[in-house]
Amino acid sequence: MSPGLHHFVSLDLPAMLAGTLAALVCALLGNFLLLRRESLMGDAIAHAVLPGLVAGFLVSGSRATLPMFVGAAVAAVLAVVLIEVVRRVARLEAGAAMGVVFSAMFALGVVLIERAAVRGVDLDPDCVLNGQLERVFWFPPAEWGAMLSLSTIAELPRELVTLAVVYALAVAAVGVFYKELRLVCFDPALASSLGLPADAVRIALLAGVAAAVVASFEVVGSILVIAMLVCPPAAARMLTDRLGPQILVSQVVALATGVTGYTLAAHGPRWIGVGESINAAGMMAVVGGAAMAGAILLAPKHGVLARARRRRRVVLDTAAEDLLADLYRAGEPGHPIASGPPPTASPAVLSAALARREITLDASGAPRLTDRGRDRAERLVRAHRLWESYLVSRAGLRPDHVHDRAMELEHITDEELARRVASEAPARTDPHGKPIPPSTGEAERPPFSGHSG
Amino acid sequence: MEPLAQQPSVVELAWNVATLRAGYNTTVVVISAALLGLAAGVVGAVAMLRQRAMMADVLAHCTLPGIAIAFMVATALGAQGRSLPVLLAGATASAVLGVLAVQAIVARTRLRDDAAMAAVLSVFFGLGIVLLSVVQRMRTGTQGGLSHFIYGQAAAMQAHDAVLMGSVAVMATLSVAAFLKEWRALCFDPRFAQSLGLPVARLDLGLMTLVVVVTVIGLQAVGLILVVAMLIIPPAAARLWTDRFGRMVVASGMIGAAAGYGGVCISATLPRAPAGAVIVLTATAIFLVSLLVAPRNGVLARLASSRARFQGGAA
Repeated sequence: MSPGLHHFVSLDLPAMLAGTLAALVCALLGNFLLLRRESLMGDAIAHAVLPGLVAGFLVSGSRATLPMFVGAAVAAVLAVVLIEVVRRVARLEAGAAMGVVFSAMFALGVVLIERAAVRGVDLDPDCVLNGQLERVFWFPPAEWGAMLSLSTIAELPRELVTLAVVYALAVAAVGVFYKELRLVCFDPALASSLGLPADAVRIALLAGVAAAVVASFEVVGSILVIAMLVCPPAAARMLTDRLGPQILVSQVVALATGVTGYTLAAHGPRWIGVGESINAAGMMAVVGGAAMAGAILLAPKHGVLARARRRRRVVLDTAAEDLLADLYRAGEPGHPIASGPPPTASPAVLSAALARREITLDASGAPRLTDRGRDRAERLVRAHRLWESYLVSRAGLRPDHVHDRAMELEHITDEELARRVASEAPARTDPHGKPIPPSTGEAERPPFSGHSG
Repeated sequence: MEPLAQQPSVVELAWNVATLRAGYNTTVVVISAALLGLAAGVVGAVAMLRQRAMMADVLAHCTLPGIAIAFMVATALGAQGRSLPVLLAGATASAVLGVLAVQAIVARTRLRDDAAMAAVLSVFFGLGIVLLSVVQRMRTGTQGGLSHFIYGQAAAMQAHDAVLMGSVAVMATLSVAAFLKEWRALCFDPRFAQSLGLPVARLDLGLMTLVVVVTVIGLQAVGLILVVAMLIIPPAAARLWTDRFGRMVVASGMIGAAAGYGGVCISATLPRAPAGAVIVLTATAIFLVSLLVAPRNGVLARLASSRARFQGGAA
């Protein structure tokens, strides 16, 4: 194995894998927190495990995993229970109850750490926040052949093994209870009416989150845990409406975030020539945030830009339709503005109508209806005047109050609806005496033969 | 040469701190911490009733990148990077950015407020940690005081920093007091408040500003992870004692002041008892006592009333 590769396999790979596994397991369970609107519970749990960790550390007197793991798990479950108790007894909203419990527990943890330091036992409070990814390393065997032997696997970093086991368990649990979880997330009322123990599912979910938090955060710290519980699922939620794809996308985002974040932190500073590596857990959180921001902006259906484009399109379409109708009216005999300057519109509206070949521009730059545009305009004016007559004769509105209403309705009235309005309120002219253009199919027949009189 | 003074006992030391006789610096810090507790209590009470309690947590975490950037910019410009007003200005700016980000996500996407808050909080904080690790590696200066903002260190505060904290706290308290009626209307029924012609949007903005201000001035003493506790725990305790808005605000302020005062006294007395955490635990102790003995809503009162009902039913 070359020295460079050896360096990568013993230092970069374990840390990157640990960070990525933590991201994957947090993102997986975070999907359900997100849908249940309990993302802040991840925040609360990630803070509240501190006293448990320290207690485990003090009891065992070492950084052995098991006592700290047990302590943290107990603290996490205690936090969930206490939040519920405080919420009910003190009649607080969920957020406030969370704030009371997790900040009190975190403060207790900080004091415990400092008291331990008085006794000469050192536990760095910063690694609770930042994790200690750089402490995850591995001495791989010199030969590739020995890579898969049992003794090699037994020497894998303990954190890595813990994370892998927790991730596998989480995947299995989500697979087995997928239907129940989906029901509890999307329709809790239906879930309980089907006899599903919604509370039990919720508690199990939070216990799973607690396990994920505890397994992850001695490696990556609580910041990354909170970020990974929410950012990948939130990005996925922007991209899809269905739970299955959302989970898959969140896993892809988590994977990419872990690898990219670590690489940027470990090697990015050297690439831009500013020296050593920077905090990897923090960098992964930033990359996760960037992924979420990207999804928020660019998601094809729910994204901010797509929505803005759609809204702009509706405005533009409406304005273009208004232009067509104005041009049509201006061409009607006896129209007051027939003699004045022809109607026009903003360049954006003109080009939208031009692109659909509904108008052409004459030598002076004034818009003229094409045949296609005239058809469309006729349908719009027909819908407008039919609605005006309907609103006066059927809905009882005064004739001078119906124009604005009809201006809105004409844009959302298709041929079929126009026909129904016509049969409800048959008329040849609108309340202001303007002729109602016949529908294309009726052009030859005498309109409304049976009713008009 | 002075003769070596006898080492005072813990009790004596605590008494001296508590009666403000432990030297100018300590006295200023104790008073300022009490004022900070007062301000956080009254502002937190309004924020809790307006259901904005956890926003304090979000924006406290959001201050970290601002602190780091302010330090870097000030150092690069040759100024004293560690001056408190500079760092607090940076903290305020990034806290405001965080609040705006949460509001934008809630208003413009399908994501809910809990997700927006958790995401903004963790990403801003992650960025802050990255920037701190950059500062640490800068040759120009050590990050020294910067990481103290995470856990706070009231005991090491300088008198002039404490005076800044105390005076801003007084202003925040007065702003709540000045608009008490408006806040009450806003908290209980925003639509009714609107119909009374109150500027609801501006009041909410004012409330958020006060939360930012209290959080930012609390950073140095309590630390950015725990400062939220000063805005949440006192009103949660006060809520157990009364249902009336005005009384709750006053009670919350008093509990906050007591926690600030008591916490600093304890932490100044014991070795390595970090002030922020001790202040929070003092507030928590008050909360727990309230939870037990508060009339009507306390656990004991409820037990007694359910027993009375049970016996009444049996008779």
